[in-house]
Amino acid sequence: MAISKCEVEHVAKLARLKFSAEEIEEFTVQLSKILDYVNKLNELDTENVEPTAHIVPIHNVFREDEVKPSMDREKILINASYTENGCFKVPKIIE
Amino acid sequence: MKYEAVIGLEVHAELLTESKIFCGCSTKFGSEPNTQVCPVCLGLPGTLPVLNKKVVEYAVRAGLALNCTIANFSKMDRKNYFYPDLPKAYQISQYDLPLCSNGYLEIEIDGQTKKIGIKRIHIEEDAGKLLHENTDGSLVDYNRAGVPLIEIVSEPDISTPEEAYQYLTKLKSILEYTEVSDCKMQEGSLRVDTNVSIRPVGSKELGTKIELKNLNSFKAVQKALEYEIKRQIKVLEESGTIIQETRRWNESKGITEPMRTKEEAHDYRYFPEPDLVPIVVTEEWKEEIRQSLPEMPHHKRERFISEYGLPEYDAKIITSSKKMADFFEKCVAEYYSPKTVSNWLMGEFSRLLNETGKEIDEVPVTPQMLVKLLKLIDNGVISGSIAKTVFEEMFGTGKEPEVIVEEKGLKQIANENELREIIKKVIDENPKSVEDYKNGKEKAMGFLVGQVMKATKGKANPQLTNQILKEELSK
Repeated sequence: MAISKCEVEHVAKLARLKFSAEEIEEFTVQLSKILDYVNKLNELDTENVEPTAHIVPIHNVFREDEVKPSMDREKILINASYTENGCFKVPKIIE
Repeated sequence: MKYEAVIGLEVHAELLTESKIFCGCSTKFGSEPNTQVCPVCLGLPGTLPVLNKKVVEYAVRAGLALNCTIANFSKMDRKNYFYPDLPKAYQISQYDLPLCSNGYLEIEIDGQTKKIGIKRIHIEEDAGKLLHENTDGSLVDYNRAGVPLIEIVSEPDISTPEEAYQYLTKLKSILEYTEVSDCKMQEGSLRVDTNVSIRPVGSKELGTKIELKNLNSFKAVQKALEYEIKRQIKVLEESGTIIQETRRWNESKGITEPMRTKEEAHDYRYFPEPDLVPIVVTEEWKEEIRQSLPEMPHHKRERFISEYGLPEYDAKIITSSKKMADFFEKCVAEYYSPKTVSNWLMGEFSRLLNETGKEIDEVPVTPQMLVKLLKLIDNGVISGSIAKTVFEEMFGTGKEPEVIVEEKGLKQIANENELREIIKKVIDENPKSVEDYKNGKEKAMGFLVGQVMKATKGKANPQLTNQILKEELSK
């Protein structure tokens, strides 16, 4: 078993997902199998291999510091469930 | 038992680019909510970020000014968490390969120089702004989402609140000098978090760390640390243990208090950002950026001493802010006495700036106006003390000094006959002081001069007043 039930619950919580007890059991088994499989990669000797930062071997893709027009606010807010005073409105965040 | 504090500081500074870090939206402060947003900074599906080259240049510039090693190879990472101010539910930041690392800056404590290590400087995007007032929910303005930031993390080399204050002041000055950030705390372009723990003096082990938030000024950082260190000592001495937590500085009560935080906030599951390719800063590019660095505070200070003959103290104060130093040099270009200019900048000008909480470029007084005022004193049009009144008016209204002098009738009385009449009157009205003076009490002279000034509302020419007064008294 590469992963515990506890860890699955923790990851689900971080991802804001709710699962039933059965689902947790099921995912624990499935995720463990996936991790075991991926774990095969550890058999490779990577002693002299640089870690991959990006799969495409290019770097320094930049844009110049130029202001471009933004999007109309009406369009920006069109898909929002709730809006108020030109803002997106969400349930009250208590600090 | 004696305790010592171990303090670390994290500073976020917004970079002075025109456009955001990954899209062309403007970074201008204070616009209508959600008018500087686009599909890229909102993280809508199908969009791709492209890194603003200036962001890399500014971060490297700050890194060089702070004596950092500039990474030849660097990359962006995703920091994952859910919060409404973060439209993509991840922030593009840097994790294990920051652009700059292992730097330092020097502060002066009791005349001694102390090096404070800079652990790293990385680039990242800012989050949006949440508004909670006058609404039953929370409102989100994404204008700030995607504004470029550098996060500057110090080593825990700071051991007193005073050192923390000095570090921040110095850091701000360097960021202003290098022109990478305007460092306006009131607009949120400079933000400070700090963490502090205590341990018995001599101990190598670190105590439990407390994070402090809601620090709206450098003075607040200092005061919050002072409070927090005392609190932690008290907890330990009452044999309690310190719980690791985030505390908020309550400015009005002058205390820190526990703060509820995003649970599991420290499990950010960083991974390399697949939408952006790595950054390679070659030696040539680095040198090019180094060449573009302006004169740093300590160089400017030395130059002000040698070039303008300023005392070290003056040079230090004037160059602590680049804006002040620039103002000074513009004045000196048109005025013969650098020391007089520095006296005014450190005296009246700084006093009024402190009182109003403003920066030198936010008030209507220009270098030309200050020079005009100084020339009015030189030419005997107004006295030095009246000049202070005139300056205050200039500071408040932006009017030219000669206009104020004219409007308020502040011209100095330098007409000998007119002044002699006033002085005779003062002598007649103060027989006791006249007698004291004649009996050798030098102080009486000062009193009589004061009376003349009072009678003329400060407009009497001081030299002439002294001269005539002596003449009249010896009659």
